[in-house]
Amino acid sequence: MEASRASETATVLPLTAPNPARRTWVGAATLRAEDPALLTGEGRFIDDLSPFPSEHHAAILRSPYAHARITRLDVKPALALEGVTAVITGADVSAACKPFPVGIETRPVFYPCAIDRVRYMGEPVAVVVAEDRYIAEDALELIDVGYDPLAPVVEIEDALHADSLPLHEAVGSNVVHDRSFAYGDVDGAFANAEEFVEAKFVFPKYASTPIETYGVIAHYQRAADTYVVHANFHGPFILHSLMAQALQIPSNRLRIVVPPDIGGSYGIKSAVYPYIVLIALASKIAGVPVRWIEDRIEHLCASSSSTDRVTWARAAVLKDGTILGLHLDQVDNTGAYVRAPEPACLYRMHGTVTGAYRIPAVAIRNRLVSTNKLPTGLNRGYGGQEQYFTLERLVALVAKRLGLDVIEVVRRNLLRKEEFPYHAPAGSVYDSGDYHAALEHALELADYPALMAGRESARAEGRLVGIGIGCIVEPSGSNMGYISIALPKDLRDRSLPKSGCTEAATIAIDPLGAVTVRLSTTPQGQGHRTVAAQIVAQELGLEPKQVEVLAELDTQTSAWSIASGSYSSRFAPVAAVAIRNAARKVAYKLKAIAAHQFGVAFEDVDLVEGAARSADGTHVTSLKRIAGAAHWNPSSLPDGMEPGIYETAYYSIGLLRPPDDDDRVDSSAVYGFVVDLALVEVDSRTGRVDVKQYVTVHDSGTVLNPMIVDGQIRGGFAHGLGGALFEEIAYDENGTLRSGTLADYPIPTASELPTIVIGHVDVPSPFTPLGAKGVGEGNAMSVPVVIANAVADALGANEVRLPLVPHRVWEMLQPNAVEAR
Amino acid sequence: MSYCSKDGRTTISLEVDGKRVKAAVSPRLLLSDFLRGPCAAKGVHVGCEHGVCGACTVRVDGQAVRACLMLAIQTDGSRVETVKVLGIADAMHPLQERFQARHALQCGFCTPGILISAQTYLREHPAPTRRDIEELLSGHLCRCTGYTPIVDAILDAAELERR
Repeated sequence: MEASRASETATVLPLTAPNPARRTWVGAATLRAEDPALLTGEGRFIDDLSPFPSEHHAAILRSPYAHARITRLDVKPALALEGVTAVITGADVSAACKPFPVGIETRPVFYPCAIDRVRYMGEPVAVVVAEDRYIAEDALELIDVGYDPLAPVVEIEDALHADSLPLHEAVGSNVVHDRSFAYGDVDGAFANAEEFVEAKFVFPKYASTPIETYGVIAHYQRAADTYVVHANFHGPFILHSLMAQALQIPSNRLRIVVPPDIGGSYGIKSAVYPYIVLIALASKIAGVPVRWIEDRIEHLCASSSSTDRVTWARAAVLKDGTILGLHLDQVDNTGAYVRAPEPACLYRMHGTVTGAYRIPAVAIRNRLVSTNKLPTGLNRGYGGQEQYFTLERLVALVAKRLGLDVIEVVRRNLLRKEEFPYHAPAGSVYDSGDYHAALEHALELADYPALMAGRESARAEGRLVGIGIGCIVEPSGSNMGYISIALPKDLRDRSLPKSGCTEAATIAIDPLGAVTVRLSTTPQGQGHRTVAAQIVAQELGLEPKQVEVLAELDTQTSAWSIASGSYSSRFAPVAAVAIRNAARKVAYKLKAIAAHQFGVAFEDVDLVEGAARSADGTHVTSLKRIAGAAHWNPSSLPDGMEPGIYETAYYSIGLLRPPDDDDRVDSSAVYGFVVDLALVEVDSRTGRVDVKQYVTVHDSGTVLNPMIVDGQIRGGFAHGLGGALFEEIAYDENGTLRSGTLADYPIPTASELPTIVIGHVDVPSPFTPLGAKGVGEGNAMSVPVVIANAVADALGANEVRLPLVPHRVWEMLQPNAVEAR
Repeated sequence: MSYCSKDGRTTISLEVDGKRVKAAVSPRLLLSDFLRGPCAAKGVHVGCEHGVCGACTVRVDGQAVRACLMLAIQTDGSRVETVKVLGIADAMHPLQERFQARHALQCGFCTPGILISAQTYLREHPAPTRRDIEELLSGHLCRCTGYTPIVDAILDAAELERR
């Protein structure tokens, strides 16, 4: 079942679609259904929609301080400005709203707006609603706010100090969460070790900023006492429950509608949800529909980012490179608040903490700290880049300490295909893989011996050239139960257990036989409509272009569940199966009607080329007529069959359970694999890092659409390289944001991104009917550490701090440089 | 929707995507807001409003400009073109066709601005190198594709146009 192929990047692809007669659409590089509208300016993004008449516009006043008490807030001058409808402050918010639920026992209070204290630069302080955005922004300047600055807490290690001023007085400490775990015989592993490798790893805060910012259009409908909110929110829809709780309304009175197009997110737009609550309240108080489109300055200071992490790690190893056990002391910084789904950053990789290696024992201490920084949340790779930065740097350091080639250490510890399904010590059950074949394929694509020889000859010329490698497990389809492992068992047991990764899809056939699919996966560019049409076309014997797919999610009319949405690469392993199952329900009904009409057995009917056919070929009736019977002539249906064709399927991978009593959790549905090899050269005069070659080999299981899969890989790579070389949400010692514009927050452009070589060693997952695994996040997880490993190799350094911007690398090159500046 | 009612308005007339437009606008109204609002040119996307991301790129009198860095009143008497001028869904411009064939867009938010820049550039540089296109794209941010397919699509389109 293995397939191996290297992608072509140089040849011109044909303009025509694949052969329309073929029935196996799944796996074809079908052109995207999304593209014609997007290419001709007819996309329907949040700010393109006008769902409500007479809307007003909001602008948000934000804190200029990282940490301060609000001593005075006078909105009267702003209200006096012509065109201003209302001004909403923290007092309004705390009167109307409960704090959002928080998934850790210390429960730091979090509202969508500052109440009496600001905790990060950019935190909302007031909302102006006015006739247009220009007037609303004018009015912001008329609001009089008094601030009494407080001592800021900026860095993780500052927050660990007992004398740092607690951000949340009720918690009493900036360490807001502290849990320890042990799996396997950790003491035995360290007692049997021949060597110990120990290091501290620092991972920066960055954000996979989308080009479209947040947008919310809210209308409080008084007669119905219902909030109708359009927003570019993409789940997880468990957050709908949190929003309804914060608003203190029955959840069927919060109707969230997601537009068909979202201009990128990469996880970041998940955190629009506090603004949904804030603008919903603004609509209620102002008595008008309210549109708020975040500007870029707001986005960079007050949307969301990945977490920064400090890890103290220790590995117990044998002299041959075998890793016996790990000690990990990890501290994540979720910024000013623990905004759900945090603390998931610490736990998404929990079951997978030992990565792609056979490491039988691991002890983990997980802490979360609060600092005066932008709150964190989902960010492509979420938790993976932090985890693998530690693990893959550690593997490189083990090889260096033992004087072994790092490939040898990797080979010694890498799981073998006969070990699958593999039960990792912390609970993940890896479904399938051939990691060694993928590694060999990567070495072959990179021509590893030539790479090594090239490095040696470059070094002989005095050039700074290095090779980096990383082998990572790419989890996809998060188990909704994993976050509850942040709570100790006794607290977990007090609430309902959570598990699974449920997704839904609905398929209808109308009276003229046209097929419409409704998704709840809220895509932001991943081509879900295209792939859904491929799957449904294959099941119903149609062509994809005959299948209309709607991406709008409406919580009042769509089929959805707590896990719905687009995150954790869940489309391929989970949502695609819900779509396929819904199509099978429809196919079943069509075949039953046809069998009844033909007078043949159900098994003797097939759906081919837009028609139902009997096996002997004597009966052929178009799908239009078969489906039409369900609408136009119910009396012709088999006895007991419901009229109409409208089928919904819900799907979750049944193997996913809540955390067990020993704190083990299978944190994801399925597990892909990525091997990366990089060759870099460092310019000794400028510190600039040039990526000369980059090979990435993936196991993404069954490939649903190879064009889209490789597109996801390239996108993930771009995010990983941004985090490795350029991007940091940087603050000065006062907690003042230093990366507040796109000129100061450098996103890689075409000149900075090399063309990569993509390979596949795809092993279908036996855990899901389609065999597909997620693919979009792997390189976001792997690239930061692979580049770090390559630069460490080039410079002979042990400590590497990201992002590897030229000045930082240049400082590392200076004589007497202090490592890890 | 009112626009900038606070200030005295100035009447401008211009051509937007081939249509005559006459409007009274506030002097401070950004061209991007004017195009998206009164002109309903929703293919003009606003990503940063400080001239870095390139999503709002339109053509004014033949030149590619950032609509967020221009005021609407500056376009009085001008010819403004947005992505609408390239092609429609069933008769796409070669650039649009190649973008689809190369999977050079994912979310599509940055795409209209890139198409305008590329079309404008190729008119004067019919035989660009890969490096030329990378330079051209340095004025545009795309977060989805990693740019390689965009460069390929523009090079393809240049080749098709030369044939």
